[in-house]
Amino acid sequence: MRLTLRIWRQRGPEDRGAMATYELDGIAPEMSFLEMLDTLNEELADRGEEPVAFDHDCREGICGACGVVINGQAHGPEPTTTCQLHMRHFEDGDTIDVEPWRAAAFPVVKDLVVDRSSFDRIIGAGGYVTAPTGSAPEAHSTPVPKDAADTAFEHAECIGCGACVAACPNGAAMLFTSAKVNHLNSLPQGAPERETRVLDMVDQMDTEGFGGCTLAGECATACPKGIPLPSIAAMNREYLRAVRKS
Amino acid sequence: MPDAADHTTQAARADLPPYAQYRVGEPIADTKAPSGPIQEQWDTRRFEAKLVNPANRRKYKVLVVGTGLAGGAAGATLAEQGYHVVQFCYQDSPRRAHSIAAQGGINAAKNYRNDGDSVHRLFYDTVKGGDFRARESNVRRLAQISVEIIDQCVAQGVPFAREYGGLLDTRSFGGVQVSRTFYARGQTGQQLLLGAYQALSRQIAAGAVEMHPRTEMLDLIVVDGRARGIVARDLVTGRIETHLADAVVLATGGYGNVFYLSTNAKNSNATAIWRAHRRGAHFANPCFTQIHPTCIPRSGDHQSKLTLMSESLRNDGRIWVPKQAGDTRPPAEIPEDERDYYLERRYPAFGNLVPRDIASRAAKSVCDEGRGVGPGGQGVYLDFADALARLGRPAVEEKYGNLFEMYQRITAEDPYEVPMRIYPAIHYTMGGLWVDYDLQTTIPGLFAIGEANFSDHGANRLGASALMQGLADGYFVVPATLGDYLARHPHDEVDPDHPAVHEAVGEVTDRLYHLLSNNGDRSPDSFHRELGELLWEDCGMARSEESLRKALERIPELRREFWERIRVPGSGTELNQSLEKANRVSDHLELAELMCLDALHRTESCGGHFRVESQSEGGEAARDDDAFSYAAAWEFTGSGAPPVLHREDLAFEYVHPTQRSYK
Amino acid sequence: MATATAKTPTDRGGERSASGTAPDARRLGPLRRMWRSSIGKKTVMAVSGLLMLGYLVVHMLGNLKIFFGAGEFNGYAHWLRTIGEPFLHHEWFLWIARVALVAAVVAHAVSAYQLSRRDLAARPVKYARRRARTSYATRTMRWGGVIVGLFIVWHILDLTTGTVNPRGQAGHPYENVVATFSTWYGNTIYVVAMLAVGLHVRHGFYSAAQTLGATRAGLRRGLSAASNVLAVVLTAGFLSVPIAVMTGAVH
Repeated sequence: MRLTLRIWRQRGPEDRGAMATYELDGIAPEMSFLEMLDTLNEELADRGEEPVAFDHDCREGICGACGVVINGQAHGPEPTTTCQLHMRHFEDGDTIDVEPWRAAAFPVVKDLVVDRSSFDRIIGAGGYVTAPTGSAPEAHSTPVPKDAADTAFEHAECIGCGACVAACPNGAAMLFTSAKVNHLNSLPQGAPERETRVLDMVDQMDTEGFGGCTLAGECATACPKGIPLPSIAAMNREYLRAVRKS
Repeated sequence: MPDAADHTTQAARADLPPYAQYRVGEPIADTKAPSGPIQEQWDTRRFEAKLVNPANRRKYKVLVVGTGLAGGAAGATLAEQGYHVVQFCYQDSPRRAHSIAAQGGINAAKNYRNDGDSVHRLFYDTVKGGDFRARESNVRRLAQISVEIIDQCVAQGVPFAREYGGLLDTRSFGGVQVSRTFYARGQTGQQLLLGAYQALSRQIAAGAVEMHPRTEMLDLIVVDGRARGIVARDLVTGRIETHLADAVVLATGGYGNVFYLSTNAKNSNATAIWRAHRRGAHFANPCFTQIHPTCIPRSGDHQSKLTLMSESLRNDGRIWVPKQAGDTRPPAEIPEDERDYYLERRYPAFGNLVPRDIASRAAKSVCDEGRGVGPGGQGVYLDFADALARLGRPAVEEKYGNLFEMYQRITAEDPYEVPMRIYPAIHYTMGGLWVDYDLQTTIPGLFAIGEANFSDHGANRLGASALMQGLADGYFVVPATLGDYLARHPHDEVDPDHPAVHEAVGEVTDRLYHLLSNNGDRSPDSFHRELGELLWEDCGMARSEESLRKALERIPELRREFWERIRVPGSGTELNQSLEKANRVSDHLELAELMCLDALHRTESCGGHFRVESQSEGGEAARDDDAFSYAAAWEFTGSGAPPVLHREDLAFEYVHPTQRSYK
Repeated sequence: MATATAKTPTDRGGERSASGTAPDARRLGPLRRMWRSSIGKKTVMAVSGLLMLGYLVVHMLGNLKIFFGAGEFNGYAHWLRTIGEPFLHHEWFLWIARVALVAAVVAHAVSAYQLSRRDLAARPVKYARRRARTSYATRTMRWGGVIVGLFIVWHILDLTTGTVNPRGQAGHPYENVVATFSTWYGNTIYVVAMLAVGLHVRHGFYSAAQTLGATRAGLRRGLSAASNVLAVVLTAGFLSVPIAVMTGAVH
């Protein structure tokens, strides 16, 4: 396959950055999108140019490190992560736009690499159960109804990649935050901190400069792990419940 | 001091490459495990451990490198105990460590099924599964702690699979006859890691852990014989930093990426443990690498990593290749009597469910015969046609739906219609830094936990045991034993101008400078790929004296070529992923040599280490307990210089060695 | 202990501090804390929106009285001023309703303005290629809201105070309505505004339900359908009046 790539190049956080165009030939349809970028980078290095920086690690769709906006879509046209997107979903001769996640709370570090530490701070604000090592009761002392366990799991699948923020027209982190709130709040182990968790995490989310939800639904469409949109409504409910109780 | 017990004769040694002419040094032994019955050792050790006054703990600074299951758990727990923890990971967030990719589950001797499980049985299974090359005291402790891990993780809100009654579900895993594996669908590693990450995040927010993401450890600082800090590079600004402390914990994972293609994350690397090794920490059993039989085969030269598919597929899939070499017909056109279900044929008792190492080697041998399928003939079929006919598609979907989907996404082939193609891949490394019962390396104050150490799995790791070990080390073992070390070494400041600090910083800076300024013509990846292919061929699933000698001749040449021809674009004062890669590859080029030497010196076959010269009549791995019932701990003497071998004799008082048979 | 180069983890996060914010917010009272948060403001929008929506339904139904002739319509308008008598003084109910509505409009508009500013700031850079997948109703909430807001001003000046009404005769709403819809601009403004109201309600009602935490699958389906029905019925009901005037059914 022969492709025209238009890729965002930005030397550092202070640099203005711009799209750069590259012609790339010899791309096999069974390559992953990141392997296509690897190929480009080898060519750039051969020409003495600097390779394109992008985050990636496990390359099997679970670590959440990778993620670029491909032709305006977070993680590209398939409902998966960028590392699991294969070139067979593109046509010979295509022009592909590759951009970093765009959000005020995700400043660009370099090229396609952004700083998502705001997510870590949201988790640090309350996305945990206070259970110091050694203090745990016997695992079977608290049965968890299967449906609660399943709901928790469905939300716990979030990989923290940030595609929801990148896709949201408001740069909102509602889906990310709600996934963790609902994971922990639906379990009996999370109950004692149920109210403080949602209040503190939402405060942190706002402080980080994420936008609000206008129910555009783009986050859930982009989510490679299928965190459902109603997760946000469930967090809203937890929030209002917590306000009433406080 | 070469001795009589050395199994390579002097004459044979003389024509070996210089590096392979190693010396045998003093034996090494664990001195920390208390005497007495094995089931009381851990309790005794904890009681005998000196404690640090809680009011003084904040004064002690502990560096934790890595944020996977072991590192994340250790950082969170040490901070809870009151120590001042400074933690590092090369990823942008501690949540991304590669523990997250573990699929299957975590073992624990809870005996919830009432199926005869016990701490002792888990201990027994693990020692046996490790082909009798692990230290009994460590494994017994691991089995004991396994029970507490499940409690801890449930309390953190880890959403394990549950039954309708609300109690935890378990399943059985390869190599054992009880159902003791706890799981969270196919994402157990992710859920356990997020549990540890959340606990760690709580400590970060509380100010108890100072977290440095996107920071990579590049050297260890040893002052007056004790580990007192690290040299690290801020991957965003390129700044070289020194961090000084009272103790250092390495939780940096395994070294499977030395093979280039593996199931490890792309950036997983051996730099931290290799640098520690260079500073004096012995490296044990580097040749013990695990190869996983069910990975998706490579599709071409562009391949950047391999993807594992859960072993559970072998429960219902049948593995076969064409009987005729060079048969390129599509699988559907190959009639039943021209197919060779080679595992069922060779191992009628276990069939497709033989252990990982055996299934992997069998796949390699049929491919070597030219009967492999798919591009390059590097694959075998894993066929679900029978299962689909017997159980119906809905039942197969229910069991394996997500795996089939993943396979289809990667290969664009529908496994409901066409048999899957699988091939073995490097998955886990049992070897690592030598540690004693306290998980302390041969450098006082340097601890190694999780896959980074060699401690618990011997020559072969059982499924669902890696998660168990990482969390046992991180949550329970190192917090206890590190406290003892700190209590015995009152806090004092290290002079930031100490010559050892300057020396380490200088070496790191020089190396990076050399990489950046060398005006070569080859990329780090090209060397990495070449090294990987060499190791896969010569030190992979089957190793021979000939192949290992060949590798030991070639690796030093490749290393020389690396330093002459490496080309790294960009500068050192910014995010530079080529520089990161080049630096890691330079360490892989040294570690690979030690792996090959270890494989050459261990002339027996055991676990994941298969020497073609050492097999039984039926072609199975043959252990040599008389000669090799020891862990090989290697001491570094210089880059490319022959290392010194220190043997730790392994005594089996509770689990008696037997030869494995799966016929 | 000495660290040659101290670097805090927040260095890269700009001015935002990792742990400094949540305790600050915790010191606030629950209502102030809620008003400060994005979800709190959305809640204000949802509640005020639902209040206005309820009013619109009643308003639309009242409008339909126009089809029963001038006498009944004007009589209805007069009755509105007598609700609650003798307990309430003349027109007091109407004024209470007006105050409540103005409060709702202001609360709705202020939160919308603040949230929009936050949203726009959160996403300062556009993508080179944007694929809009959200519905038209969703994308037009902001400008639709502005249109409806301007319309309300005109509508009050036209039919409440009569200031800009072509006829402007107090106590004769029927005749005033007919006068408005006998002009091209009156019809144009009204039709555009009512289409905007329909779109706004279509996304707004369901959105408000989500903000208030309607999560059950069945309930969500019902609410989503109700959103569409409400939007269509309201728009059709309101538009029936100018259409009737234009076609001569009402004169």
